[in-house]
Amino acid sequence: MQTTSDEALIGRIAAGDKLAMQVLFARHHVRVYRFVLRLVGDPSRAEDLISDVFLDVWRQADRFEARSQVSTWLLAIARYKALSALRKRPDEELDEETAAAIEDPGDDPEVAMQKKDTSVVLRECLTRLSAEHREIIDLVYYHEKSVEEVSKIVGVPENTVKTRMFYARKKLGELLKAAGVERGWP
Amino acid sequence: MMKMNNNAAERQEIEALLPWHAAGTLGRREALKVEQALAHDADLARQYATVQEDLVETIGLNESLGAPSARAMQKLMADIEADVSTARRVRTSFNFGGWLSDKLSSFSPRTLAWSATAAALAVVLQAGLLAGMFVSERQGRLYDTASFPTEHVASAAGTYAMISFAPQATAGEITKLLESYKIALVEGPNGGVYKIRLAVTSLPKEEVAKVLKRLQDESSVRFVGPTAAD
Repeated sequence: MQTTSDEALIGRIAAGDKLAMQVLFARHHVRVYRFVLRLVGDPSRAEDLISDVFLDVWRQADRFEARSQVSTWLLAIARYKALSALRKRPDEELDEETAAAIEDPGDDPEVAMQKKDTSVVLRECLTRLSAEHREIIDLVYYHEKSVEEVSKIVGVPENTVKTRMFYARKKLGELLKAAGVERGWP
Repeated sequence: MMKMNNNAAERQEIEALLPWHAAGTLGRREALKVEQALAHDADLARQYATVQEDLVETIGLNESLGAPSARAMQKLMADIEADVSTARRVRTSFNFGGWLSDKLSSFSPRTLAWSATAAALAVVLQAGLLAGMFVSERQGRLYDTASFPTEHVASAAGTYAMISFAPQATAGEITKLLESYKIALVEGPNGGVYKIRLAVTSLPKEEVAKVLKRLQDESSVRFVGPTAAD
């Protein structure tokens, strides 16, 4: 069985095909949701935002020029929507919710370390990275985006992408060290 | 001393690529470079092991986030129904299948039989013409490379450059840019990069540098530079 490509679906969406829209949504909404959730930290808000992301796809499908993968385009729209939503909130709410997005409500790394589970500690540390570092780690490891694609999504030059990723890894190593996990790097 | 600096810079570059190597998103050439470095550098290999660990846990963490409820899809479809662009598109989109079915149903079976025969003849004639064109085109040609058709080699005179457009640039802006500089797109995109012809004649290097500088300052251009041969 041959699957319709994302690009073909976008072509059909541009012509007003709602079924194609549902197929594209089914194919990508979970990953887009997780990307947005890691940025805004609120499941209900993330759900609203992904509807907005795909509504933008519906409206702008005729302008998609296939210079990048459809999934890269979706993540770029999602990132823009998530950051705009964070900016729109009142300062107090922003501070509180951004902190909630950055800090996981679970055990802190030291407590997790006492439980002697490196995997848990590593996940705890991943949630404690800055939003910028979390984003790049997710894009590279989970969303499997190349240097060029990350550069398109985040809107920074490719060299900055590499440097940012390097520092994200370094920061992660430092958090792990502070939590008692020594990996020999950095 | 210079060699040492070069080695350090190269190692740093490879170190920076480790996450993409672990995720399998590097190009073939870069992946090979990283593989070779990992085989000869134990310290780099240890660092790579931590990268792999990070990758596994990042995937695990994201997978644990769950999925959105059906509400997201319902909201989207409701928003689409309410969107002004939806009504406009449905009105303007042309249903070819429906139109054809309406037309055919108005013809008699005899008319339809004659039309089908005529259409079959037209298809056979067209296939014959295409086959003839293909055979004559292949005669006298030894081979074509997949990346660069041979007829391009014969007409390669002129001044060329490589260009990549800014992600936010629209088709209209790019067309306008190409027209204002009288530029022709020759090949691409290959990894987002196009080959363009700046002039049909070979321009002096100073002139090329000036044009490239002006192009680089355009907002719809992300990168522009000379071709590898220049």
